[in-house]
Amino acid sequence: MEGTDVTRRGEKFLREIDSFCGQERRWITRIDEPTDPQYGFLPSERPIEVYIRNGVINLDKPPGPTSHEVVAWVKRMLKVERAGHGGTLEPAGPIA
Amino acid sequence: MTRVISLVAHSTKEYVCVMQLHSPVERERLERVLGEFQGLIYQRPPLRSSVRRSLRKKRVNSIRLVEYNGRYALLHVDCEAGTYMRKLCWDVGLVLGVGAHMRELRRVRTGPFTEDKNLVTLQMLSEALYRWRSEGNEDLLRKYIMPGEVMTCTMPKIALRDTAVDSIAHGATLAVPGIAKIQEGIKPGDTVALMTLKGELVAIGKALMSTEEILEREKGEAVKPERVIIKPGTYPRTWKKKA
Repeated sequence: MEGTDVTRRGEKFLREIDSFCGQERRWITRIDEPTDPQYGFLPSERPIEVYIRNGVINLDKPPGPTSHEVVAWVKRMLKVERAGHGGTLEPAGPIA
Repeated sequence: MTRVISLVAHSTKEYVCVMQLHSPVERERLERVLGEFQGLIYQRPPLRSSVRRSLRKKRVNSIRLVEYNGRYALLHVDCEAGTYMRKLCWDVGLVLGVGAHMRELRRVRTGPFTEDKNLVTLQMLSEALYRWRSEGNEDLLRKYIMPGEVMTCTMPKIALRDTAVDSIAHGATLAVPGIAKIQEGIKPGDTVALMTLKGELVAIGKALMSTEEILEREKGEAVKPERVIIKPGTYPRTWKKKA
């Protein structure tokens, strides 16, 4: 059947997302049908520009610049229109 | 995907910080006072912050005194988003009576993202970009950047049939017939992630039914989307527009 391979890999990817934070919820199939390989992409197989635009980075922020500055740099480096961050990190260390 | 990250921004965090005490205190007294800062605390954001400086209630899940030498205390704190470590250290110093301030801070967890989860520096990212743009090699970029879908790792999931994807992409409520697969344990009111069978994030929404109800019934409204992520038109439209 067409699409069974990408469907299988999609299923595997869904499990991988959950195991990223140690989750393991059981899946129950309501309707067993494949996905059409013609539409959309397996997330890991997105063309690189699309992959970047839909991506997330676990970034080890350098201590000097603010979170907002770093986001601006990353936007410029990756040449993307929009980028967000997972929470401002307050400045550490002695204030000059 | 940038709208999904705001969910991460509001998730719990873990920090390791160095607190400098202005005068030594007995370890037991320090432990006791730190214990008082566990649970619900009041905080007003510091002067230098980008948020409104109103008095807010924040939850500190735990504070562990990792090391203490009379002058410096190494603390490991697990807390709600928006809790200021700087203010925490300052207030601990006030309660102790000797005064204290935060010397150093490192966030070691943001929601599901811990330091062992593919941590990347700007230099590594820069290198990966160079490798792609100059050599045409995407390998490092694809390693350092993860699919945004990982941000939904804590949410229960529902996989949609291809035919249901585009209507959800237009904000329609998900009805039972559109569901291909569902995870156990979903209850009404839960935040759930709606995915395609390929694993793409379609939308994040609120469950209106439980997993059991969805499996029992043939029809009805199952999930109300709150944030649509996928681009409409990615999957073909199989529904009629209202006249």
